Amino acid sequence: MTKKFKHKDIVSIQDLTKEEIIYLLKLTEKIKKLKNKDGLLKGKVMASLFFEPSTRTKFSFESAMKHLGGDVLSFENMETTSVTKGESLYDTIKMMERYADVIVIRHNLEGAARFTAEATERPVINAGDGANQHPTQTLLDLFTIQECQKKLNNLTIAMVGDLKYGRTVHSLTQAMTHFKSKFYFVSPASLKMPEAIKEELKEKKIQFSELESFDRILNKVDILYMTRIQKERFADPLDYEKVKNAFILKAGDLTKAKPNLKVLHPLPRVNEIEKKVDETKYAYYFQQAQNGLYLRQALLSLLLNKIS
Amino acid sequence: MEKTLKVLAIKNGTVIDHIPAGKALRIINILKLQNFEEVITIGKNLPSKTHGKKDLIKIENLELNSGQVNQVALIAPLAKINIIKNYQVIKKFKVAVPDILTDIITCPNPKCITNKEQGGTKFLTIFKNNKFQLKCHHCERLFSQEEIYDYLA
Repeated sequence: MTKKFKHKDIVSIQDLTKEEIIYLLKLTEKIKKLKNKDGLLKGKVMASLFFEPSTRTKFSFESAMKHLGGDVLSFENMETTSVTKGESLYDTIKMMERYADVIVIRHNLEGAARFTAEATERPVINAGDGANQHPTQTLLDLFTIQECQKKLNNLTIAMVGDLKYGRTVHSLTQAMTHFKSKFYFVSPASLKMPEAIKEELKEKKIQFSELESFDRILNKVDILYMTRIQKERFADPLDYEKVKNAFILKAGDLTKAKPNLKVLHPLPRVNEIEKKVDETKYAYYFQQAQNGLYLRQALLSLLLNKIS
Repeated sequence: MEKTLKVLAIKNGTVIDHIPAGKALRIINILKLQNFEEVITIGKNLPSKTHGKKDLIKIENLELNSGQVNQVALIAPLAKINIIKNYQVIKKFKVAVPDILTDIITCPNPKCITNKEQGGTKFLTIFKNNKFQLKCHHCERLFSQEEIYDYLA
């Protein structure tokens, strides 16, 4: 492992210093531009252990590995694994480490990735552990923000949607505190950013305000980070109906936007970004998803000592 | 004739003083002393100069070890412990919540992996404004002092 990066695993964004994050973003840029990379991970095997459903993240990791010439071991669904026979996660990992060079894990239980990393000497990448962490999403978000704004420092970022339960917005907010950002948190009153994160921002003297509509701030923000609001989060469906329109972005709204504004979304979207927005210069969420591929290629190559 | 009620001095053992009022029985529980055969004296709601009221425990013929002291610290962070030998205080120390607590607390988060897999728990102590919070090393959730009372192993 390179001297600049001491970690064997990628488990939590909280493990990474500002310098390490910047290093990973540089590496992603390098691999994105790199030509003739298709044999970089030839002969290496990635175990793709998705214990809960995922489309984008699973495909992104597997595609990243295959495009670098590596192989992938994965199961179609939980029913085909020995976990259904009662095998512990520990035993599954001890078996997989004998077959694979790197382990990617998504699990519904929080802390599963840390547990896995401690159970094996093989490098482990957390692809999401319950409501806790999804560090590769945060890193690809940071990379995308830097790419579309040409910088990471001193940006104004609006986070929109379910800010209470969305781990993506929590981790991204915490990671962006390294870069002197200013935040607008736009959510229904019942789905506000958790107090613990707001406390953290106050301690770090980072400016933020909370709003219930993004209407008046589109001319102020560099990044509009949209997320899905799940109807099921509301006890009364009528409450959802009352607020849902305030959190849907339409192409017409963007007439007020700052020229450099870019709209991001971790995907999947349901109806929170009108399809017409895709055609505007502000839409950047599909590039964001594609960057996920490069970021994951960078991490796999780094942890397997094939790039520095 | 004036009647006095007194708590007897102990010959050998441990005195835990400055326990927040009402917490003595909880300390007895976490130290698993319910069935301890020796004499245990519990004082509840005794007058305290600094906190108004306090609890106090005297345990005969038992010297607490460091693991037990850590557990006391989680419930009574300001407690003072005196070790008695031959009626004399031979050791006197304040408890301190350690920076890392290994296998002392079960994670209160039912979705934490440590509640499903064997392998123990680890909590990191985060001190802030004379209070502390505990962060699960695995699920990364933060818990207040009160939230972990029922989860002490």
